[in-house]
Amino acid sequence: MDVLLDNSGAFAEGVVTTVELTALSFVGALAIALVVVTFRVSPVKPLRLFGTAYVEIFQNVPLLLWILFFVFGLPKLGIQFELFTTAVLAVSMYSAAYYAEALRTGINTVATGQAEAARALGLGFGQSLRWVILPQALRSVVQPLGNLTVMLLMNTALAAGAGLVELSTAANRINLVEAEPILIFSGAAVVYALLALVITAITRLLERKLVIHR
Amino acid sequence: MNVLFDEPGPRARRRIQVATVVSVLGGALLFALAVRQFAVNGELDWKKWAPYTQWPNWRYLLTALGQTLLAAALSAGIGGLAGLLLAVARASRNVVVSGLARAYMETVRVIPAVLLIYVVLFVLPSLGLDLPLLWKLVVPLAVSSSAQFGEIFRAGILSLDRGQGEAAAALGLSTGQSMRLVILPQALRRVVPSLVSQTGGVLKDTSLGFFVSYAELLFSGKVLIGYYQNQLLIQTYLVIGVIYFAANYALSRFARWLERRGERTVKSR
Repeated sequence: MDVLLDNSGAFAEGVVTTVELTALSFVGALAIALVVVTFRVSPVKPLRLFGTAYVEIFQNVPLLLWILFFVFGLPKLGIQFELFTTAVLAVSMYSAAYYAEALRTGINTVATGQAEAARALGLGFGQSLRWVILPQALRSVVQPLGNLTVMLLMNTALAAGAGLVELSTAANRINLVEAEPILIFSGAAVVYALLALVITAITRLLERKLVIHR
Repeated sequence: MNVLFDEPGPRARRRIQVATVVSVLGGALLFALAVRQFAVNGELDWKKWAPYTQWPNWRYLLTALGQTLLAAALSAGIGGLAGLLLAVARASRNVVVSGLARAYMETVRVIPAVLLIYVVLFVLPSLGLDLPLLWKLVVPLAVSSSAQFGEIFRAGILSLDRGQGEAAAALGLSTGQSMRLVILPQALRRVVPSLVSQTGGVLKDTSLGFFVSYAELLFSGKVLIGYYQNQLLIQTYLVIGVIYFAANYALSRFARWLERRGERTVKSR
């Protein structure tokens, strides 16, 4: 245990970075996914095509390649942010494709009568989506979104490939100095597991509050 | 058509037309901006793309694709087999067996694959076990995918009607026999599409070869970028992205085709 205590500062910094990266990427991914899924179900064909292309392109290319491209490629095109911001951007945009697919499944589970009723009330496409369909769709996909968020947490470790010092990199660096791999990597694994547990607990809570049992 | 709109009236049609024009213009503008950004920074220069019209570079990348496919096939094969055993173990009536399988699956699910890679790179050698390069990638991927494959098989087993197991028991089959002869053949057929798309996930995960210096696509791209002194970074990543996309897209199309075929056979009964 001494090794972890001696390096608790560096370790804690890694944990904080991972938590921030996960939280910000979650918010970003959900925001992008809402836009993408709106495009995918809209009556405007070019927007539908864009939504489909977005999902296919991001889902079929590995996240690590996106991260490397964003971090090392974009500066060559004159677009440069801080490393952490770039990592958030890459993880958000990648995860958004998965969140959007989950949301679309949710939209498909909303009964057709709901949309018909909304139209009968005179609501347009945007209004019925915003006020009638999405609130119900979101409720029905709490569990899948939670699972995807655990996956997002796991995926943040890939930012190590671009040199961001998050939890896995911090553990790796401490190990390079201390050479106590078993202890250090189990410590990191336990923290990841705890964070995943927190996400799962929040998901359960939300599910109990939100899900409509039919 | 989907639930959100039906046959539009004259006013809605006009609005859709306007939105179509606006979105096409917007898309064109974004595309033009991107091209301009490439051009201004000299990334469209012919000398930066010319190397990718030459066979040796393509041969190098296609060899790397072969290594990617090899690692993916081994990881998915081993992970899939382990997942099947895990799912069967979880369905066992023996509390210890099903508990252990469950604990394994829940634990692996919450450990990032990168961390498993570090374990193989640093922990195993310190215990005197130094795997060959390919296996340094395959072992962590097989471990992490085994839990995901296990979930898929489990979902397949749970999706079967209870009556199947009961009927098997009524015929006098033992638990093992009913699993092998009645439950699994049906469950396996149902989960084939999910298995294929999970294999696509494993294919993407082989990019972690980047961390172990195994010459799959992404790491080979890094080598190629270094060889051209970082001049072809954008071009190389784009080319590799297209290769990954082609391989994965083919796989996901295959999964969708299987899914549709499965639906048809179920309906025709």
